[in-house]
Amino acid sequence: MTLSHDRGVVLRTYRLGEADRIVVIATEARGKVRAVAKGVRRTASKFGARLEPLSHVNLLLWQGRSDLEIVNQVEVLDHFRTVREDLDRMTRGLSLLEVTDQLSQEGHPDPALYRMLVGALRALADPARDPTMVAPAFFLKALVLEGAEPVLDACASCGEGADVVDLVAFDLAQGGALCRSCRRGRPVSPEALAVVRGVLGGALGPLLAAPPPPCAGEVASLATEAIEAHLDRRLRAARSTVGLS
Amino acid sequence: MYTGPLRALIDELGRLPGIGPKSAQRIAFHVLKIPGEDAGRLAAAILAVKERTTLCSRCFNVAEAGELCDVCSDERRDPTVLCVVEDPRDIVAVERTQQFRGRYHVLQGALNPLEGVGPDQLRVRELLERVGAEGAKEVILCTNPNLEGEATAMYLARMLGPLEVTVTRIASGLPVGGDLEYADELTLGRALEGRRQVTA
Ligand SMILES: [Zn+2]
Ligand SMILES: [Zn+2]
Repeated sequence: MTLSHDRGVVLRTYRLGEADRIVVIATEARGKVRAVAKGVRRTASKFGARLEPLSHVNLLLWQGRSDLEIVNQVEVLDHFRTVREDLDRMTRGLSLLEVTDQLSQEGHPDPALYRMLVGALRALADPARDPTMVAPAFFLKALVLEGAEPVLDACASCGEGADVVDLVAFDLAQGGALCRSCRRGRPVSPEALAVVRGVLGGALGPLLAAPPPPCAGEVASLATEAIEAHLDRRLRAARSTVGLS
Repeated sequence: MYTGPLRALIDELGRLPGIGPKSAQRIAFHVLKIPGEDAGRLAAAILAVKERTTLCSRCFNVAEAGELCDVCSDERRDPTVLCVVEDPRDIVAVERTQQFRGRYHVLQGALNPLEGVGPDQLRVRELLERVGAEGAKEVILCTNPNLEGEATAMYLARMLGPLEVTVTRIASGLPVGGDLEYADELTLGRALEGRRQVTA
């Protein structure tokens, strides 16, 4: 048996047996890790609420003979309580966890994805900020991490620059924005395209600090569709309407 | 290793929750040893529970087929207070406190955005209808204090908001008999918020 110290975010949990749970964690140093938290469903468990999804934790894990590791100790770095206690923010937070779960792999460290997740959860937890743009920005930046950065300054199909043709459509399968003659996928407004450029061009901070732009809904559905196209899978949490008032 | 009926019994037992192959084998051999009438009673009980047990048409607790459940058919229970739980087993837990004299509503699950479980898969519409029709004055949200249960409670609070009913949530706090130093920060934080004045 060996012990391992890890820092990570709890992505999801599954019930196991009478009182245990399997906890899936995006760790900084080892990629996705699955571990058993024994007795965590009992009300007097020593883990308490520490291993609930959305928790940012320091862990001490036993690596035994079986595939699953065992949680030995856990210390909370951040509960993201404001995310947890607001249905709208919680649903958005869960969509970040769902995408991270899809992108991260066991045995493949992805510290950049981990840092982006923690950063996005912090932004979502800030009660002074509007939460609307956090998840769409996370989805778009995740595409870049995955090497699937969309082309935004020229037509992804014919290559004509945005200074020559109007970019009027967006299709990740085609590589990004498209001109009128190459149009495929969904239509896109110049305003939404400008916001997407800003997110990927280093202007994320000001965007998240300001009230959401009028085209926020358009950017959100473009970003959701793009990450879904990349994952080849529909996102449940991002499509859930439960959090929307 | 085994064939015929014995194999079939071991296989069926092994599908039950919490029963591994070893236990399944042990139980099957036990059944083989007991008198025929005992085995018959076991078999009959299994069949009867499937044939005669359904969900209460009012609160979705377990009930005998065609009847209201024990709580709903008890005239002494207070119809103005509704306790909302995820699962019929939670009713058993609340009943053990002997502190609740109202009625229940079983959602048959909890919201789980990650698994795609939404309000339509739960008995939410029925709850909203009951609150209007039965003249409930208070709805106690008694879902689990985990992410899914909290999401469900927040959602129900929002849906019940426009109705003329007081909506309460069970408190989060420290387990009696536990040590403070082992309490997690979220639970202890909520316990502090929910503190009460002590009168001498
Ligand atoms: Zn083109
Ligand atoms: Zn009933």
